[in-house]
Amino acid sequence: MNPALQSYFPLAVVIVLAVILGLTLLGLANLLGPRRPNEAKSSPFEFGSRPSGLGRDRFDVKFYLLALLFVVFDVEAVFMYPWAVSLGDLGWPSFVVMAVFGATLVVGLVYVWKKGAIDWSRE
Amino acid sequence: MAQFSFAFPKPGTKKLLVGATLGAALAIPALLAGLLVFLVPMVNKPLLDAFIREKLGHVPATWVGTQWVYAAALFLAGIAMFTFAAITGGIFSWYERRVAARIQSRIGPNRVGVAGFLQWIADAVKLLFKEDLVPGEADAMLFRAAPYFVVAGMTLVLVALPAGQAIVVADLDVGIFYILAVTSFIVVGILLSGWSSNSKWSLFGAIRATAQVVSYEVPAGLAILVPVLMAGTLSTQGLIRAQGGWPWEWFFFRNPAAAVAFFILFISQLAEGNRTPFDLAEAESELVAGYFSEYSGFRFALYFLVEWANLWIIGAVATTLFLGGWQIPGVSAQTWASVRGAGSFPAFGWWALQFVSLGIFAVKTLFLVNVVIWIRWTLPRIRIDQMMNLCWKYLVPAGFAAMLFTLVWQMVATWAPIVEKITALVVFAATVWVTWRFLQQTRKNVSLIAHERVDLSNW
Repeated sequence: MNPALQSYFPLAVVIVLAVILGLTLLGLANLLGPRRPNEAKSSPFEFGSRPSGLGRDRFDVKFYLLALLFVVFDVEAVFMYPWAVSLGDLGWPSFVVMAVFGATLVVGLVYVWKKGAIDWSRE
Repeated sequence: MAQFSFAFPKPGTKKLLVGATLGAALAIPALLAGLLVFLVPMVNKPLLDAFIREKLGHVPATWVGTQWVYAAALFLAGIAMFTFAAITGGIFSWYERRVAARIQSRIGPNRVGVAGFLQWIADAVKLLFKEDLVPGEADAMLFRAAPYFVVAGMTLVLVALPAGQAIVVADLDVGIFYILAVTSFIVVGILLSGWSSNSKWSLFGAIRATAQVVSYEVPAGLAILVPVLMAGTLSTQGLIRAQGGWPWEWFFFRNPAAAVAFFILFISQLAEGNRTPFDLAEAESELVAGYFSEYSGFRFALYFLVEWANLWIIGAVATTLFLGGWQIPGVSAQTWASVRGAGSFPAFGWWALQFVSLGIFAVKTLFLVNVVIWIRWTLPRIRIDQMMNLCWKYLVPAGFAAMLFTLVWQMVATWAPIVEKITALVVFAATVWVTWRFLQQTRKNVSLIAHERVDLSNW
């Protein structure tokens, strides 16, 4: 086997194990549990009254905005990890480069903040 | 205060019950520790090669069965870790209910076994015999698949999570980054379950949970950068090896920014695990049960298994990064090597030291688990706008600041190591003093209400 892959071999084994674990537990529950469906049980839970409207309702656009923010800042964190590990070897130039990159993101955060994108209660 | 009496039919039954509980309470941790200490360190290439050479009588490099032995060893280690997670998750579910009861002056579960210790087994068996409902208009395939993602998000973390000097299934060189990455599986499961259930409660719960988990991943990522910068490695074992056994050798005390980063990470982990005060996603008073409202039977149980197994993970990640992990005070890497001996298999002293390192790691982790439970039953739930403000306006800028400070601090520490030593001692002394004052104040407060305390002797 490729030595680089060798260190990730445990992951493959554990993924298989995780699926087996889930299948066994749920299979066991399937075997042991009763199976008596009826209309009341299979309707979505709305405190006993008849469900009104669609189950998949519309939700606020703010959540999409948040997802965009997450992508920007999480990708930034991803870029910082390899840099943080090799900082000792790369020295000052890499520090300056990352400072510029980080400063850009801080400016972005300030912009988003001033625009009110992270003020949740704003109408 | 009404007295609850719990009359057993016969004294003999009571004795049996006490015996069974004590047996379980002693045997289960012993079994888990044994599994971890004797099985997991064997998953190590040199050790397995030695095993093939000396016990099986084959040449590891050329024998066809070598890969199968590796796979079998990994399987056993994986099963050991899963058993560990499932059982600690179960015991935590009982423990949390007992602690909650104490905090709220109730008695809590006390019927199954002494002090209700076997309650979690009874719960699991009960849920195993329940009907596994799929709502009529639900997307059945996604609905059934969602718990697998949640379980995978928890179990995959265990691969790189250490519990002792050699107790880790795979010491990946991207360890902590990998842990951050696979935890995101849980978000996928949450979104799938919320969307597929075709229920308003599930959908709103899932959207809220996703917004929360995703937001808090940013400060968590920045906080984890601080120990990574200090150690210069992503491997979980490497991070622990860069720290020492004594408290003033931990990252938490060595750098003031690391102490800040510890709290940022801890708060973020509470939010990512949907623990109170961040349990908006499953707020019982508004959203029934949030994203798993429509689940029943064992699928429902899996969500709770993950929630409680996550308690250990929260504690273990924070311990690994900031609190010195399994490092034993006064035992250096040279001591480990000399205790191991030159033979192909480690000597007895090495295995004994593994036990000690596991114990130290478990004590630190369980301390943090206790703090998490204590926070849950002390603080009220915060509002969603407060949650977003806390994340984006306080934790993210603080995370940036901690990272920048660490960069400067690392340069100071390399230029004059004495600064780091003095800071560590000062911060450690300050922490001890604060803890002491806190305990004193708590004692005073408790003695003030001593006459109002409820009699809980009937446990």
